[in-house]
Amino acid sequence: MLLIDISFYVFSTVILSSALLVVVSRNPVHSVLWLILMFLSCAGLFVLLGAEFVAMLLVIVYVGAVAVLFLFVVMMLDIDFGSLRSEFARYMPIAGLICIILLMELSLVFGVWQTAESAEQARAVITPDLSQVQNTAALGHVIYSKYIYLFQTAGLILLVAMIGAIVLTVRDRPNIKRQDVLSQIYRDPKEQLKIIDVESGKGL
Amino acid sequence: MDGLLQEYLPIIILLGLAIGLGVILLLAAFVLAVRSPDAEKVSAYECGFAAFDDARMKFDVRFYLVAILFIIFDLEIAFLFPWAVAFKDISFLGFWSMMAFLTVLTVGFAYEWKKGALEWQ
Repeated sequence: MLLIDISFYVFSTVILSSALLVVVSRNPVHSVLWLILMFLSCAGLFVLLGAEFVAMLLVIVYVGAVAVLFLFVVMMLDIDFGSLRSEFARYMPIAGLICIILLMELSLVFGVWQTAESAEQARAVITPDLSQVQNTAALGHVIYSKYIYLFQTAGLILLVAMIGAIVLTVRDRPNIKRQDVLSQIYRDPKEQLKIIDVESGKGL
Repeated sequence: MDGLLQEYLPIIILLGLAIGLGVILLLAAFVLAVRSPDAEKVSAYECGFAAFDDARMKFDVRFYLVAILFIIFDLEIAFLFPWAVAFKDISFLGFWSMMAFLTVLTVGFAYEWKKGALEWQ
């Protein structure tokens, strides 16, 4: 179908050009914004493939959360990007060399790629007819029962990530006064206030 | 497959309209606005002083903690979506495996609450 072809090429062009702009743009914050555009276009490609859930996950997790983390890292590192740029030319040869090696490796991998005969079958066994079952529902049928161990491991990994982040960053600051809402609520006016009748002409 | 993509047509139209409107507004400002810049107008304004410092500065690491905790619960929600969509056909095991998953993350939530990670001290 023509429309699908057109949208594929639009999304791919946007992905490639924004990926280029991530690398070449001067301001690192702009780089992150181009990266977000790239994530969004990748989500578009996933929708074209029929992988709706992965597309929405890309939007929710990568655009919504990981991009924010990237922005924080850019802000937190406090690097003078101008001075980094000046050394751009110096490292150009070695970067080019690494690029060429990577390209050769990738072409080697894809040149001799052979799909195992059983691979297609193994995939077909757990994939229901996608015209009958929604993509997200098809995932829901297998994740929680067939792949229960992987699912629980994911939960444990999230727990470890949470604890790790807290252990690394939360410092107890004993000399800081914090608001204790409960004790404020339970304060009894009778204990805190007293009315003194002062006679006129005398002090307290 | 085609039916699925046709459901996305309104989103494509909305996207096109949003991009079109953005481009029109930018172009209108570019074409119609009167501009006569000089050095004082385009320099950074800081309450009448010359700018003290670079605007780029280090952020407190606690902002990062908030973002990481947000990502973790974001992923938890992402796991909930297929579960909710397939809820009618999900087995007993599927239901309780999600409950165990939620329990593990609730333990983490209790830990971070108790530890004061959610509070801005």
